[in-house]
Amino acid sequence: MISGGLLRWAPRLTLALLAGPVAAGLLGTLIPAFSNDAKGFRALLDWPGLWPALRLSLTTGLAATALSLGITLLLVASLWGTRVFALIQHLLAPLLSVPHAAAALGLAFLIAPSGWIARLLSPWATGWAHPPDLLILNDPYGLSLTLGLVAKEVPFLFLMALAALPQTDVARRLNVAQSLGAGRIAAFLVSVLPSLYSQLRLPVYAVLAYSMTAVEMAMILGPTRPATLSAQVVIWMADPMLQGQSTAAAGAMLQLAAVLAALLLWVGAERIARHALIRLAEAGLRAHLVDPALRGLAILTGSLTAGALILGLASLAVWSVAGLWQFPDALPESLTMRTWMRAAPDLIRTGALTLGIAATATGLSLALVLACLEAEHRHGLSPRAGALWVLYLPLLVPQVAFLPGLQAAALRSGAEGHWLAVAAAHLVFVLPYVFLSLAPAYRAWDNRISVAGLSLGASPARVFWRLRLPMLLRPVLTAAAVGLAVSVGQYLPTLLIGGGRVETLTTEAVALSSGGNRRLIGAYALLQMLLPALGFALALLLPALVFRHRRGMAVTS
Amino acid sequence: MTGTLTLQDLRIDQGTTPVVALDLSVAPGEVLTIMGPSGSGKSTALSAIMGTLAPAFRQQGRIILQGRDITTLPPHQRRVGLLFQDDVLFPHLSVGANLAFALPPAIKGRATRRARVEAALAQAELAGFADRDPATLSGGQRARVALMRTLLAQPCALLLDEPFSRLDAGLRAQIRGFVLSRIRDTGLAAILVTHDAEDAHAAGGRVITPLGAPVVL
Amino acid sequence: MLRRHFLLAAASLFALPAHAQTAWDNILEAARGQTVYWHAWGGDPKINDFIAYVGEQAQSRHGVKLEHVKLASTADAVARVLGERNAGTLTGGAVDLIWINGENFAAMKDQGLLFGPFAENLPNWTYVDVAGKPAVVTDFTLPTEGYESPWAMAQLVFEYDSSRLPQPPRTLEALKDWVLAHPGRFTYPQPPDYLGATFLKQVAYGTLADPSVMQAPLDEATYEQTMAPMWAWLDEVTPALWRAGKAYPQNEPALGQLLADAEIDIGFALNPGRASAEIAAGNLADSVRTFTFEGGTIGNASFVAIPFNAAHQAGAQVVANLLLDPEIQARAQDPAVLGFQTVLNLDALSPADRTRFDALELGIATLSPADLGPALLEPHGSWMVRISQDWIQRYGVAQ
Repeated sequence: MISGGLLRWAPRLTLALLAGPVAAGLLGTLIPAFSNDAKGFRALLDWPGLWPALRLSLTTGLAATALSLGITLLLVASLWGTRVFALIQHLLAPLLSVPHAAAALGLAFLIAPSGWIARLLSPWATGWAHPPDLLILNDPYGLSLTLGLVAKEVPFLFLMALAALPQTDVARRLNVAQSLGAGRIAAFLVSVLPSLYSQLRLPVYAVLAYSMTAVEMAMILGPTRPATLSAQVVIWMADPMLQGQSTAAAGAMLQLAAVLAALLLWVGAERIARHALIRLAEAGLRAHLVDPALRGLAILTGSLTAGALILGLASLAVWSVAGLWQFPDALPESLTMRTWMRAAPDLIRTGALTLGIAATATGLSLALVLACLEAEHRHGLSPRAGALWVLYLPLLVPQVAFLPGLQAAALRSGAEGHWLAVAAAHLVFVLPYVFLSLAPAYRAWDNRISVAGLSLGASPARVFWRLRLPMLLRPVLTAAAVGLAVSVGQYLPTLLIGGGRVETLTTEAVALSSGGNRRLIGAYALLQMLLPALGFALALLLPALVFRHRRGMAVTS
Repeated sequence: MTGTLTLQDLRIDQGTTPVVALDLSVAPGEVLTIMGPSGSGKSTALSAIMGTLAPAFRQQGRIILQGRDITTLPPHQRRVGLLFQDDVLFPHLSVGANLAFALPPAIKGRATRRARVEAALAQAELAGFADRDPATLSGGQRARVALMRTLLAQPCALLLDEPFSRLDAGLRAQIRGFVLSRIRDTGLAAILVTHDAEDAHAAGGRVITPLGAPVVL
Repeated sequence: MLRRHFLLAAASLFALPAHAQTAWDNILEAARGQTVYWHAWGGDPKINDFIAYVGEQAQSRHGVKLEHVKLASTADAVARVLGERNAGTLTGGAVDLIWINGENFAAMKDQGLLFGPFAENLPNWTYVDVAGKPAVVTDFTLPTEGYESPWAMAQLVFEYDSSRLPQPPRTLEALKDWVLAHPGRFTYPQPPDYLGATFLKQVAYGTLADPSVMQAPLDEATYEQTMAPMWAWLDEVTPALWRAGKAYPQNEPALGQLLADAEIDIGFALNPGRASAEIAAGNLADSVRTFTFEGGTIGNASFVAIPFNAAHQAGAQVVANLLLDPEIQARAQDPAVLGFQTVLNLDALSPADRTRFDALELGIATLSPADLGPALLEPHGSWMVRISQDWIQRYGVAQ
């Protein structure tokens, strides 16, 4: 691959590729926010919706994070090692690839008063001849937004927990604690949680930052009087008046400050929780009685999360082939392929571009991540804690805070509006996920294979290409599928860096969602999901096919 | 291709604790045995000779093989073969491909390389096994493939890291005999690391601790 | 090819002065092979299909490729041009053509972001009904001065399901009584959404002592007092709105979806043909009908404008001209396609072109021009901005 000397620089290059755009973008947003006597900040303070919007960002973000983490830990604590756990694992894992916009759109139709649940129950159970006047969607407290965020973040945290569990020696610790008389939950809390959480911390921070700043989910599920701060920032960005731009920049800075404040708040809560845990451990927490109830709760919340997403997506699929579908019919009066036929040329063109961008961003990310991990291995580099933070930087800094600045830079350089520029912007978000997905498997690879190869006279490069890469085919393809899914789901980077001229399935789906045409939204959202799903299917089937005669390569976990 | 392996004042410290101190030569065809309980630095010595010592260790002295100073050479250029506790066959390659991987690039031509692989398999009484999945072989068969793979790479010296400890008693003597006779046939300088007195006895050479003290069996 | 080109040029010699002819010829020549990026709202597949059809025509007639950049909001395109100017992109800009009117047009014109004047030099301008439809040259009381070219007429029309509501309320007063009697069955898009703001202006028309004051820029001194009746009307109605006014649909399609889902009984659109087109597309029940207020409803025109830094200004003008082509105007008016009313003067058309319009079916839910009633003039743009801002203060933030 790259010669030894260059390889040594790969980690530094990668970190620069992540930190550079974020820093430059932040600077590019900071300047307009403070220019003209901080006019933007004054306009921001004059906006009557400011405090409610800020409060909404904080409450929905914190609530969604706490709930997602709670459900994840509950699942692991009470079900790890059981058959139900394996089942939930199989249900949740593919849902990671569902783009936020598609998840939100599906959920919106599911829970609306005229939505699928109401239609399935009406009129026979509810007596509703027409939809009840209930404020479920876009509720002022952001409850449906929180629900949507939880449904989308639980799969992420759950998979991060799965990746961290092997390093926490969970089985032995649970056994020891339980043999000392603790109940299952108590054993988990006292013996596993501390080391598990230390590895989950950064993913949790990323979830908090994302939940507070999600744009497309907030636009679809969130309140509108006012919208959350980040959604409002995007509305300002599109304001035709000059002052809208500086207000947006000021709002973005405030959003960044809010995220930092929320992170501090969270860290404080972590401290308190740790002390409480120590107290509980000292008090000899047993708590056998809560186990059955919590186990039931875990199964309920786990299947609710997966079920909400799956049903929502199914409803989109039905809409995409629906003829007239009036309330309270549970299914459309007629089915038609008209939506698909009419949209086919657009879908194919947009789908191809989406795939091209995703493949480019993922391919580059994969090459960089492999170079980093191989450099780490060959030169015995051990990543500093700071490096991990840089890796998480694009996931922690709100997109609305640094993408506008990045867009301005892209405009000046003339790169804006080109699909390659969009792919480069996607790289910033794809790379961390590819790294997080691949690193555990890469580092866990049996190093004796490498020593054996070297002792047979094979160069490090030959060991990499002939031994390591083929043996890691499955995790490499899985990481690629994760990267693909992340890229396909990107909304704001595509919109801003693409200058509206780079149309992907996601920008189209969100643009269409403003038009409310559920049939077309359904078609786009389905395709938006299908691309990553194909990636994951390939990651599953290809290694199975290639190594069908190699029992030693079968999945063991 | 055979030659003497010389450890010239080889000292390895972990922090301030010396773990390896060896100053000796191993002649072609000789099997030197390093014995000691686990954690005593046996494997550390092998890592140093292989060139895969972890950075936490500090190494002094020189390693000379066949008159070449290999102390600072990267592992793949040292021509030191290694047999592990486990066979460490590459699970994604067939038995034949495992062996072919070890063949030096200087051996050219598909037919020639294939013939060398077949010949090695025949020597190990595994003729016709080239296309087999290594996972379908028995423990003894795998151990023999691993040895043949190491020898096909034409090493100048051989390191054995407790290669018999995972085998059951019946198989153990048989494989040990096979390996040791191959070493004598090829005239390689070999170092065996073990905690098993029977292995050391069978090796028939000097027996020392990682710090160079002689061991009386 | 060359021969056909010559014949076409010769034929239009009769219609235009010679210098205009050569100028347009030069534009056609420059446009050939260009790709025009038309930034237009992309939330309605019917409109998207129509734009794709215009693109086919532009390609086959003039060798101009048309790319529809689908926007969630027209303001996105305005912001883009503004961003380009701020970044120093004075030529070769990304936006060639924008579907625009009202506030967005006023903002761009005010900031010198528009190319022109060009509209009145377009060959098809001769067919535009300037006398009969003054809105084609006056956009929210602002004279267009040739900086934008009209392509469709719009008028506010209410939609209702006749199977659920046999007798719709046909005055603003009657609407209020009906809403109060049927809580939760009416709403409007959340201002500053365009249609939502238009509804507020319609309320103003029905409540203000003298609505004609809105034809002049608003006067701060009398504004509060002038508008008080409109806010009173809204205050009274709001608790009886859908979701008790705690949430609002975000735009016209979202409002239409609520009607389709039977969440509300009366919706409205700025397009008299929308209901028929939606019925034809299978999105609305065929019992949906439309009505307007007895005193008339607000009407305006949709335009296209060209940014000052557009990379393909020639191609953009060719597309603007094509949009005024009688064949394409007739297609837009077809309720099975868009149901947009034409901007052309039918009496100025050739008999062949005239029959294209006469042959159109009205559509099951579309009112005839006579039943549509008078189109009320758009107020000056300053009213819409101020009313929207005040609406946000009063209703747009949770109490």
